[in-house]
Amino acid sequence: MPHDHHDHDDFHHDGMSPSGHPYRADNDTPLTYWQVMEIAIRELLIDKGIATASEIAVQIDTMDARSPADGASVVARAWTDPDFKGRLLQDASAAARELGFDIGALRLIAVENTADIHNVVVCTLCSCYPRNLLGLPPDWYKTRAYRSRVVKEPRRVLAEFGLTLPLSTRVRVHDSTADMRYIVLPARPAGTESLSEEQLAALVTRDSMIGTGLPKSPA
Amino acid sequence: MDAPTVPPMTEETGRRWHDMGGLKAGPLDATQHDFALWEKRVDALMVLCSAKGYFTVDGLRRALEDMGEDAFETMSYYERWVASINNNLLEAGVYTVEELGRRMQEVMARGKTYGEASGG
Repeated sequence: MPHDHHDHDDFHHDGMSPSGHPYRADNDTPLTYWQVMEIAIRELLIDKGIATASEIAVQIDTMDARSPADGASVVARAWTDPDFKGRLLQDASAAARELGFDIGALRLIAVENTADIHNVVVCTLCSCYPRNLLGLPPDWYKTRAYRSRVVKEPRRVLAEFGLTLPLSTRVRVHDSTADMRYIVLPARPAGTESLSEEQLAALVTRDSMIGTGLPKSPA
Repeated sequence: MDAPTVPPMTEETGRRWHDMGGLKAGPLDATQHDFALWEKRVDALMVLCSAKGYFTVDGLRRALEDMGEDAFETMSYYERWVASINNNLLEAGVYTVEELGRRMQEVMARGKTYGEASGG
């Protein structure tokens, strides 16, 4: 949007931040009430010594660095190391920590898909999600449609994601809480016997660890 | 006696609005948006304030649930989160309503975009 309060001869180029860089696209929309509140709260916390600007920046970087690739590496390890898989199904928090992931205080539970059982994860009450292994949840995970329906008609919801399961497959839906979160251990795809752990991890999608999808097939 | 501030369970369902598992709802919308910087900052403030003991995830949820269904339908996810964080920090006495109001006025006076108002 135009910055019409700036002269064209102004030192700052239109659309540039005080440091002379372009604003991020998402910073250049009209300011909203809630954005003003975020800025004000953040500054008050900094002024009062409760948090520092760098702590906030580090926390954003930490969250940005988390992605479904983290969960995928845990899944690929479980596919290639039966002992690790046993530990993962016993205590997923401890097993994920073995691989260097910070799981915090929450209890993480891995649920295994087999030839007969398909697991799906939801948080019907809010938006609890294994964010330490998958990053922030997709928008649809937080919607009324997903939260309400997946516990009632999971097959129909999965079909809307393009996943149609045979009626012989038992579908289990797991409802998360703030302190207890689930991650799906998808079944290893057929024809992947010769793949490395890294190649296997590349097949593991975010949705396959929520249960609304399956891992990719090997190319 | 003060009037109750928590909305009651509805007679029809015996549950509060956020307890929506199993209820009828429309089709899935898998549209995804990238999180804006201000949204990531809200998320970071929640993580830091809870790690430092100013409030808990249960406090976050209590305020979100007390906002009611209208807020869920009309505000975005992180708009509701920042409102809840604010409620919790006011309750914890971290700052006053007056301090917040004054700071919000100052922020608004800086410019018309988020970039300008937050200093880039």
